[in-house]
Amino acid sequence: MGIRFILMVNKQGQTRLAQYYEWLTLEERRALEGEIVRKCLARNEQQCSFVEHRNYKIVYRRYASLFFLVGVDNDENELAILEFIHLLVETMDRHFGNVCELDIMFHLEKAHFMLEEMVMNGSIVETSKANILSPIQLMDKAS
Amino acid sequence: MSGPSLMDSLFQRTLEDLIKGLRQQLIGEQAFISKALEEIRKEIKSTDLSTKSTALLKLCYLSNLHFHDMSFAAFHALEVLSSPRFSHKKIAYHAISLSFHDSTPVLLLITNHLRKDLTSTNEFEVSLSLQCLSRIANVDLARDLTPEVFTLLSSNKLYVRKRAVAVVLRVFEKYPDSVRVCFKRLVENLENYDPQILSAVVGVFSELACKDPRSYLPLAPEFYKILVDSKSNWISIKVLKIFAKLAPLEPRLANRVVEPICYLMRKTGAKSLLFECVRTVVTSFSEYESAVRLAVGKIREFMVDEDPNLKYLGLHALSIVASKHLWVVSENKEVVIKSLSDPDPNIKIESLRLVMAMVSEHNVAEISKVLVNYALKSDPLFCNEILGSILSTCSRNVYEIIVDFDWYVSLLGEMSRIPHCQMGEEIENQLVDIGLRVKDVRLELVRVARDLLIDPALLGNSFLHRVLSAAAWVSGEYVEFSRNPLELMEALLQPRTSLLPPSIMAIYIQSAFKVLVFCLHTCFVRGGSTAGVSASASYESFDDLSVENGAGSTVAHGQTCTSAPITNESIVNLLKLVELALSPLLGSHDVEVQERARNLLGFVDLIKLEALNSSGQEENDSEQKGVEATKIIRMVHDAFSKELGPVSLSAQGKVPVPDGLTLNENLGDLETICSDIELPSSNTFSFGYPSEEKDVSSFSNLQIKEDSGQSNESTSLLVEHRKRHGLYYLPSGKSEVISNDYPPANDPALQGDNNDTASDLVKLTAESLVPKRKPNHSKPRPVVVKLDEADEKPVAVKHPESRDDSLSGAVLDILFGSEDILPTSSRSNLPSSNRKGKEKQHMITQVESKENVVGDGNSSSRRRKDHSHGKERRHRKKNAEERNETDRKEKESSSNHPRRQKSRQRAEEPLKVPPQTSVIPDFLL
Repeated sequence: MGIRFILMVNKQGQTRLAQYYEWLTLEERRALEGEIVRKCLARNEQQCSFVEHRNYKIVYRRYASLFFLVGVDNDENELAILEFIHLLVETMDRHFGNVCELDIMFHLEKAHFMLEEMVMNGSIVETSKANILSPIQLMDKAS
Repeated sequence: MSGPSLMDSLFQRTLEDLIKGLRQQLIGEQAFISKALEEIRKEIKSTDLSTKSTALLKLCYLSNLHFHDMSFAAFHALEVLSSPRFSHKKIAYHAISLSFHDSTPVLLLITNHLRKDLTSTNEFEVSLSLQCLSRIANVDLARDLTPEVFTLLSSNKLYVRKRAVAVVLRVFEKYPDSVRVCFKRLVENLENYDPQILSAVVGVFSELACKDPRSYLPLAPEFYKILVDSKSNWISIKVLKIFAKLAPLEPRLANRVVEPICYLMRKTGAKSLLFECVRTVVTSFSEYESAVRLAVGKIREFMVDEDPNLKYLGLHALSIVASKHLWVVSENKEVVIKSLSDPDPNIKIESLRLVMAMVSEHNVAEISKVLVNYALKSDPLFCNEILGSILSTCSRNVYEIIVDFDWYVSLLGEMSRIPHCQMGEEIENQLVDIGLRVKDVRLELVRVARDLLIDPALLGNSFLHRVLSAAAWVSGEYVEFSRNPLELMEALLQPRTSLLPPSIMAIYIQSAFKVLVFCLHTCFVRGGSTAGVSASASYESFDDLSVENGAGSTVAHGQTCTSAPITNESIVNLLKLVELALSPLLGSHDVEVQERARNLLGFVDLIKLEALNSSGQEENDSEQKGVEATKIIRMVHDAFSKELGPVSLSAQGKVPVPDGLTLNENLGDLETICSDIELPSSNTFSFGYPSEEKDVSSFSNLQIKEDSGQSNESTSLLVEHRKRHGLYYLPSGKSEVISNDYPPANDPALQGDNNDTASDLVKLTAESLVPKRKPNHSKPRPVVVKLDEADEKPVAVKHPESRDDSLSGAVLDILFGSEDILPTSSRSNLPSSNRKGKEKQHMITQVESKENVVGDGNSSSRRRKDHSHGKERRHRKKNAEERNETDRKEKESSSNHPRRQKSRQRAEEPLKVPPQTSVIPDFLL
């Protein structure tokens, strides 16, 4: 499966985006997000970006007020996932122009769409910013 | 209220309004959301698709971020899906991917929508439906839509094709039969040079290979080519993951691949790819010395890096190497030990794991010492992490690495006194277990237990209660080793024991019983005539008995018990103390405590009269009366002095079934007889609460003896029983004699200064690989009782899952089926190729029939492509064969040949169809 879920959480621990690649009930999701947020937000800048949780790993990175958390299988390459997070942020940056928490809040479905362009079935399928954004730009033009 | 009015639709709030409102609401978030949900429920019933889709979008938002159930909208989502407008479709697909799962009732209704969109000419519609399929596909959807996915796998729109490739993983997983249809096209995509497609295909194969690597061995040449040619780090990482799985299965493949991986490792600038190379080498290529050396060099760079991420990964990689190359860890021990005081807890735990990997029987004492000092200084979490790993490492394989048990037992005592210690349960188990298994350590064990019991402060710490229960049990069971039983008695009955939970309280009382019986026995049975009998003298008397019952608890007595003469006066005081301490417990609410207190007090009442008399009068007068008391004491003491040992889990199985006993007979009528009798549950062999078990036996023994009136009957019966059924007893090991020349457990010379612990540890671990024995290990290790079967952990035999089986079976069919087109494969023996030929035919017809359904109609061209593909492969194979020929020349044929043989054997074993494996080498060479 590779990537199991992608979360964006702000400093207060509120979820701003949640994308799961395996089915979890609302209760399971709520519990999982609570645990993860508590674990990761308590860590500081000097500590590494990998946290073991249950039987998988969380790779996270903080950009301004937003935490990007990616849950991956244990044999997934942590550094590659960090690069993936960075790519995601850069892509959103290019689209929104200096992306911030509000952009993601107000354009949640667009953020989801971008993620869907990049990740399918838990594996990364697209890593070119231009390729990721071209369908979105087309759709923006059409509407 | 049926549907929303026109006004409602006109003034419908958009998602943006909802979000803004949510941020500015004054009525509280929950109230606002429930109001919004009410609106949505109304709006979503609208016949106007715009209103409906906006409502759905808002619902998605609330569900995704505020955990509100949106399953009620499943059917509405389907309605929106049927809209001709793309923007509506997009919202519907979004909602469906978020909320549908295998048990959504309307799931089956979506099949036709998906089929329609999968065959649409609009590539974005196709992409949306593929995306959705990858999230929600179940068996039915996967089966019904396989033809569409098959068609899309060779779509000329890259955007669609890469998605089709990615969706295949889910389809295979849900419906393995689809492999027969799609697998060949998937493999064809492997030869695509477009990085987008390649990235998707390699991703799929790396997931597939994870589950069942063997099936994908035949594709190794393709993967090899990608590895060598790839420009994208992401693809390289995925291919490396595949090779990490394939290489252990086929040594010749490993030989070929290790070089390019090392090249990649030297050349690449990307840390992620570098790390993947390192990890691949250390997990799957650990026998290639030069590659491992190179990887270790990179690991070292990682570990000394400023970036905590790299440091963590370096340590992590090191722990993978540690299992096979311990020298790597000791080479880097400075870094590892330095990381033990890193600010990041994750890094600390990684380095702790590595330190524990370095532990051997020569340095376990020193490393543990230093680690315990670290534990004292650390936060509670890490402290317990350290203690837990010391405990588990030392107890591994029945205390394999412990030579000096006296030291270990005192370490356990020391560990339980660490303020943050929460490992009470584990320490308890080990204390009791060691007591049962290692005879020679009991003296020290009792001393440690006494130190724990006697400290009233420890009773206040609830984490320590389990340890104290073990200490109480140990000092009761092995009281004969105690220097001062009277003191023990006081410790067991001290007022603060009221802080203990009832179950442990009961153990305390039972231990007090044992200690009391021992004291009485010492005082009366042998030396009742002399007023001040020393415990040591009495011990000798006890010894006479114990030789008889074969318990073999022979210890150098002169030294064990020197102080604490037990006089009649002290006995009287003791009895008073017991009465004082236990009378309040007669009213205890806990059955166990109450019963044990009653037992003990009853016994005291029985003895008291006699004891008081004998102490008050001259010995001559008391003789007649004392006889009764002495008899009772002796009987109870005999009951307690039977040694407990660990019991093998399979002991019961060894008992032969006597002739004429039918075990399967219905015992229903017996049940009616015994209905009101509670059978004691004496069939548990728990080490945790042995005192209960002992209780049962001791009292039944008492019963027997009272009946017969002979004091030694039970012991003689036991001896007889042991003679007859020696098989089920553990070796009593009479021959072992404790050597008293052990150095004190906490040797002051070893203590040194603990200030510079890190450098200490470095020094100590330096010796971990030096084979020389430490001076204090020069004496023989005491015998540890082991039970052959019970102590070995059962090795779970892994069977591949049935689903994987069907998947891999299908994959193999395809791969080997296609191979049959090639003339080279006729090398494989005849019947199998016949069989496979048939399979192949079957498969082709299947594929063709599917094609007819799909109607793309160019099956002949596809066949041609297959053929040329085969040729190409053969050509490459020839090349590879030549290359291998030169390889072989370079190597000595003697070394190559056996390995080849072996590999083939190894490959053949686990497969159901052996002839297939003989084909594999053709691909690889």
